[in-house]
Amino acid sequence: MTDRILVNITVNGMVYERWIEPRLHLGDFLREELGLKGTHLGCEHGVCGACTVVVDDEIVRSCLTLAVQADGAMVETIEGKSESGAIRDLQDAFLERNALQCGFCTAGLLLTADALLQAEPEADRARIREHISGNYCRCTGYHAVVDAIEAVGECRRAGARGAQP
Amino acid sequence: MNNITPRAATVEKIVGRAVPRPNARRLVEGRGTYVDDVELPRMVHVAYLRSPHAHARILRIDAAAALDMPGVVAIVDGRQLAEICAPFVGALSHLAGMRSPPQHAMAVDRACWQGEAVVAVVAQTRAQAEDAMQAVEVTWEVLPAVTRMDTALDPGTPVIHPELGDNLCFHREVDSGGVDDAFATADVVVEETYDFGRHTGVTLEPRSVLADYNPAERRLTVHHSHQAPHMMGDLYARLMGIPEADVRVLCKDVGGSFGIKVHAYADDFATVALSVLLGRPVKFVADRLESFVTDIHAREHRVKARLALTRDGRFLAFDIADLTGIGPYSMYPRTSAVEGNQVINLCGGPYDHPHYRATLDVVFQNKVQTSQYRGVGHPIACAVTEGIVDLAAATLGMDPLELRRRNLMADDSFPRKGASGILLESLSHQRCLARLEQMVDFPALRREQAELRAKGIHRGIGIAVLIELTNPGAAFYGTGGARIASQDGATVRLDPTGIVHCASGVGEQGQGTETIFAQIVADEVGVPMDRVRVLTGDTAATPYGGGTWASRGAGIGGEAVLQASRQLRANLLEFAAVHLGLPVERLRIAGGSVIDTAEGVALMDLAELGSLAHFRPDLLPAGFQPELVVTRHYAQRDYPFIFTNGIQVSHVEVDVETGVVTLLKHWVVEDCGRVLNPLLVDEQIRGAVVQGLGGVLFEECLYDENGVMRNGSMADYLVPMAGEMPDIEVAHVETPTRSSELGAKGAGEAGTAGAPAAVMNAINDALRPFAVRLTAQPITPEKILHALHPHLTG
Ligand code: FES
Ligand code: FES
Repeated sequence: MTDRILVNITVNGMVYERWIEPRLHLGDFLREELGLKGTHLGCEHGVCGACTVVVDDEIVRSCLTLAVQADGAMVETIEGKSESGAIRDLQDAFLERNALQCGFCTAGLLLTADALLQAEPEADRARIREHISGNYCRCTGYHAVVDAIEAVGECRRAGARGAQP
Repeated sequence: MNNITPRAATVEKIVGRAVPRPNARRLVEGRGTYVDDVELPRMVHVAYLRSPHAHARILRIDAAAALDMPGVVAIVDGRQLAEICAPFVGALSHLAGMRSPPQHAMAVDRACWQGEAVVAVVAQTRAQAEDAMQAVEVTWEVLPAVTRMDTALDPGTPVIHPELGDNLCFHREVDSGGVDDAFATADVVVEETYDFGRHTGVTLEPRSVLADYNPAERRLTVHHSHQAPHMMGDLYARLMGIPEADVRVLCKDVGGSFGIKVHAYADDFATVALSVLLGRPVKFVADRLESFVTDIHAREHRVKARLALTRDGRFLAFDIADLTGIGPYSMYPRTSAVEGNQVINLCGGPYDHPHYRATLDVVFQNKVQTSQYRGVGHPIACAVTEGIVDLAAATLGMDPLELRRRNLMADDSFPRKGASGILLESLSHQRCLARLEQMVDFPALRREQAELRAKGIHRGIGIAVLIELTNPGAAFYGTGGARIASQDGATVRLDPTGIVHCASGVGEQGQGTETIFAQIVADEVGVPMDRVRVLTGDTAATPYGGGTWASRGAGIGGEAVLQASRQLRANLLEFAAVHLGLPVERLRIAGGSVIDTAEGVALMDLAELGSLAHFRPDLLPAGFQPELVVTRHYAQRDYPFIFTNGIQVSHVEVDVETGVVTLLKHWVVEDCGRVLNPLLVDEQIRGAVVQGLGGVLFEECLYDENGVMRNGSMADYLVPMAGEMPDIEVAHVETPTRSSELGAKGAGEAGTAGAPAAVMNAINDALRPFAVRLTAQPITPEKILHALHPHLTG
């Protein structure tokens, strides 16, 4: 196989230095090299969104990103987001609304939803549906997912207003 | 002791409440354990080289070059595996005359569908296995492929399995008599043909199995993404000759199942056989592309339907002919004939009509095997029935809702038989219809439809009534000779800490099974839900049972939990009575404490009882042994199945310029018997509706004439995404089954069963001004445009 390449990747605040094959995608890197199994692979061809992670504040499909491309980048996964509490409100809302069943899509959906609400906290149902249309959930009817994201959007907006002097 | 608990007498029941799932927290935090997350010492990975041809003889396999590649542990063909794993036959004896040839874990001499595994490449990593696979050379002799089902039985068509003589797997006829007379004398006869494209389940987590045979112990442990762990344990034991007691199947988190993961796949046997051969753990995780050509497909049917009616809209007779293609082998052990069998059992099912005739032909093809997928036969039976009923309404010039009202079985007519011979315990069509009319303002929708039509906007309203088979007894498989449990067991026990553990043979694939079991335990033992722990998905630790299929989890598994919990409570009360020296009638358990009902006070916590039993039996009267573990089993034996029913309405807009269908709204009224947890059941229903919407509008496994699948990737095979799905309103009517004390029926499949019919009818309703009807699913924009502009599209 092609020679391995040395990469430096910060994942959830930890710096990792690894020799890896250039063909290794970021999803496999996270799961197999780092043991971060919270990122799921549903299709490995960029369609289902299950493998979504955050790279330098942008959501990306880790199956379409080579790990070597993330050299020098800051990667956040569901594990990091959970431990930091950054998306606790979304996680709670998903539980409350039963916006997950098997949970295989859930990490990707949560990170995608968080990205939307950070950019557009006022997103309405139609906009939410549009934004999460790259994330495929086979179990829910999406309805509860939309409800949960909408509710968090409202809360975050109210919180933002409340924080103003 | 003696705490005053004023509210103890009125502890609220948790069953029936919208309780969130405690076990879902790990899933939202990315801490689940799916099979691919499990890593074992000395584990190796297998990649299967699969036939690129639908039908081909394997002349030669040359793996010499591949064997030397990095990481390669073994390269194995079908013949070698056949020495470890016996062949299997997917036939059930109660489906009289059904035949299927023996199938092997991997192809021996001949591949019969594109995707059948031919060579197993085992290596240290999956990537290495795939690399080496590229270097394996197979010489093929391509054979003619049987792909079309309508010519599968023609004399000129090659016979896939010459030893069978023809391509017929199963034929069945149902005839109540009097059908020809009814059609001859009817005022009105309508007929139509319905086509259904093949589709597949596309569970988001692909099928996965990690087989771990330990030669030192001669024990097999299989981590499996599966719905029926006990069934798989039995099969592995029998096909590989390992005592069943030495086989353990573990199903932790399962990333979607829908019936796709209730089957025993050749790949499963091959992976286990490889582990036996190599004496080390072997992991197989299907990649998405191979999922499309190895996961079971379903629903390839062509159904001809006729309905005879009186002028005032009374149904006289249904006449149905179903033809379905199932691939080269009937799926083992559930068989591929069950889907068609359901279709002819269920057509016309909600209606009161005296005469029924149906024929079924199940034929072999060189395509992926088909078998049971969510709703099994229901979506087809419902679309055929509701499609022809709508055609009848249009022919009579009658409101489709009114025509249904006139013919639905009356709620007070149960128990009774349906015209196909099915036994129906207690259905609520009339109440569901009434509830639907409260939810949906039909007159307003019709007004809006007329107004918009004048402006060139075409909206349609489609109705679908359905019955759904749930809580199966032994009639499904047991009587046909398949070792698939129709009973399920539950074990509940009290720990020294006062925690109640519950182990069940029914597992969790995200439906919330573990949550409803915890609710049942909490109510029936009398403890808060946070004092209950549920364990499922481990054949070494749970009572033997059938697992999850045919919507039996709550109805069968839940009843076992209820019975076990009640007995545990009785045991605990007896224990408390002996210990406290009080008459047992005076005591009850609530909120985790033993209550003196006479005084209205809590006497002791269950933790005290637990500690007493475990650590201080010296304080108990001589000869008294409290029994803190109870197991109960339940099998539904009153009826072959407990049917449920429901009704759905779809509101759509069809763009006649582009053929695009927009789903505006979907309504569901569902009677799943007692609703155990509305939060869970509602989204379960919505998820099922969305799978049905996928089937009617998007999903189809497309093949070329050589039997090669043309759209085996997620980019090409369309599934519903959030953006095109409507909000789905759900309401319930509750008719608890009297066959159990819990009263629960299934709720998992009705959504998938009804949605295709409702949407098809809505589209045809929208297109009424154009006098066209779409009856081939999926109803794609292309088909709509073709129907609307035949002169343009040719
Ligand atoms: S696994 Fe990356 S998009 Fe599906
Ligand atoms: S919860 Fe199963 S795929 Fe979304």
